[in-house]
Amino acid sequence: MTEINRRTVLAAGAGLGGLPFTRARAQAANTIKIALLCDFSGTYRDVTGPNELACVRQAAAEFANRGFNIEVTFADNQNRADVGSNIARTWFDRDGVDCLVDGGASSVALAVNDVVREKNKVYVNSSSATSDLTGRACSPNLVHWTYDTYMLAKSTGGATVRAGGDSWYFITADYAFGHALERDTANFVRQAGGRVLGQVRTPFPGTSDFSSFLLQAQTSRAKVIGLANAGSDTINCIKQAAEFGLTRRGIKLASLLMFMPDVHSLGLEATQGLICTETFYWDLNDRTRAFTNRVRANLQPNVPLCMNHAGGYASVLHYLKAVADMGVAQAKANGAEVVARMKAMPCDDDCFGPGSIRQDGRKLHPAYLFEVKSPAESRGQYDYYKLLQTTAGNDAFRPMAEGNCSLVRS
Amino acid sequence: MLEIIENFLGIPAPLLFGQLLLGLINGAFYAMLSLGLAVIFGLLNIINFTHGAQFMMGAFVAWMLLAWGGLGYWWALLIAPLIVGATGVVIERLMISRLYKLDHLYGLLLTFGIGLIIEGLFRNHFGSSGLPYRIPAELSGAWDLGFMFMPVYRGWVVVFALACCLATWLVIEKTRLGAYLRAATENAALVQAFGVNVPRMITLTYGAGVALAALAGVLAAPIYSVNPQMGTNLIIVVFAVVVIGGMGSILGSVITGFGLGIVEGLTKVFWPEASATVIFVIMAIVLLARPAGLFGRA
Repeated sequence: MTEINRRTVLAAGAGLGGLPFTRARAQAANTIKIALLCDFSGTYRDVTGPNELACVRQAAAEFANRGFNIEVTFADNQNRADVGSNIARTWFDRDGVDCLVDGGASSVALAVNDVVREKNKVYVNSSSATSDLTGRACSPNLVHWTYDTYMLAKSTGGATVRAGGDSWYFITADYAFGHALERDTANFVRQAGGRVLGQVRTPFPGTSDFSSFLLQAQTSRAKVIGLANAGSDTINCIKQAAEFGLTRRGIKLASLLMFMPDVHSLGLEATQGLICTETFYWDLNDRTRAFTNRVRANLQPNVPLCMNHAGGYASVLHYLKAVADMGVAQAKANGAEVVARMKAMPCDDDCFGPGSIRQDGRKLHPAYLFEVKSPAESRGQYDYYKLLQTTAGNDAFRPMAEGNCSLVRS
Repeated sequence: MLEIIENFLGIPAPLLFGQLLLGLINGAFYAMLSLGLAVIFGLLNIINFTHGAQFMMGAFVAWMLLAWGGLGYWWALLIAPLIVGATGVVIERLMISRLYKLDHLYGLLLTFGIGLIIEGLFRNHFGSSGLPYRIPAELSGAWDLGFMFMPVYRGWVVVFALACCLATWLVIEKTRLGAYLRAATENAALVQAFGVNVPRMITLTYGAGVALAALAGVLAAPIYSVNPQMGTNLIIVVFAVVVIGGMGSILGSVITGFGLGIVEGLTKVFWPEASATVIFVIMAIVLLARPAGLFGRA
């Protein structure tokens, strides 16, 4: 009989403890961790939030059984840059997250972008608007997927000027996103020979009465009021512009960023005839309808899909393709390398169709200009848009040379 | 006269008058909400942080009555405050009544928590982008005032809010019930000794304060997007109004509500970026100069 002394007990304990530990570590090494950061509690919840989480999970589910595990986690950014970057740091430093999805409001995205670059992870952004993400703030670790302010300005702004709206007044949300959208749209208006008569910057978040600002816009005698805001700000503006008779007096509203859930919230009665630009619509073609059917069961009951949700799905899917292509170990070690691989591979998914990612991180795909249907035209649930115009990916976004992105060799 | 204003301020006079009027309209909401808060604080010594959520519930109940029950705006104006007021009674009986002997802070934390829970429940069920609610046909349309286009509905809001404020003030200052209320505020034990059921009076007062919030919510439903966070946006401002007016002072909160609405409206012309902050700047100044508020008793 062998003598049991203290040393053997300790050794046995260490051996037993070590077994599950090494197994867990082996599992972690073969697991890709994806984390979604966006608004789950505020004004942008419906246009990102739970529906986007369902779409990201859909992408992960479609990539199951490819030899590595995928974990999806999420957090609420409260629309605050400091909150967002703190969460991102915790994710990278403590939780071993490999890929951060979205970011939400532009102010948060710009802050998170710096953190991801510092930690050399991957950042796929699906709902932030500011075109600075592929301009002066561009990063080798970032892909900006769904849309940006330049594209909105060119599509919606350009169409409005062509329809005769040559004098503009902006109602602008007073933070990074609003400023970028106003700047990009004003450039297009001036290029097309139009004039910008003024702008008013409204506090964000926390403004719910826009009648003062609408009245200022009306006093400027501009033909078009450009709404450089989003979410419930846009909803309140449209609602109150009708209330104060602006639209009846022939003033046009240019809702520069409007999503399906916004239209759903306002109702067709209030929104019919408005134009807006999205890069995804559930009823666009067979592939988008097939995708919608796949995720439908997991969506919020009263919130239709919009391009941000689709962007969450498609960007994660493309990221996972790159990971599978280069191997998990290498993908976890070097985020910039994964993004380089994503840029080298052609993109194709059910939401946006074939496309590509440019050197500055800009994903290219077509932009669609829609008009909101009248209640009589709409047949069935969420049948809200009719397609007016399609702009090819190459034309829809800002030319790479104009963005001043440091990654682009001139 | 008009020219003098224009030359002096550098903005067109019509714009200025329009902003004054709009400020008055927003002030009507501030006044109604701060009135409810003042009534509750006056008698219960509770700082009711659930007020914003109860304002939001008023708007949502109006929407539910229309969408699920087919009952329009006028019914909502009557029924929604009753329903939401009843939930207030339940909350007071089950939870708040246990805290009267403790410091103000506990009531504040409890009501703040309840507010967050209510908001979260609504957000989970209805999403964040809001629901459509139309202006009733009788009040749609607008008057052309020359310097601005004045929607009939906004005029109605000001008149109705003023009437509510006046009615509440009359009840509290001029009726026997109001006398009991004021007496109970001074010395509850003594009033109870005279045979008045003080706990029930307190419960009903809380219910009435909550009903006022819900009534403001119904008024707001056709103007603002009916969404779960609509109360949060307003309530912080309303608290500043109550503090400036003097905690618990009914007349103070009404006058301050309308006054600050106008100040905020003017800020939106001269310095739009600061319009969300100006009320808090005033609050800080008032607290430094008169800690009890403009109309409060120290």
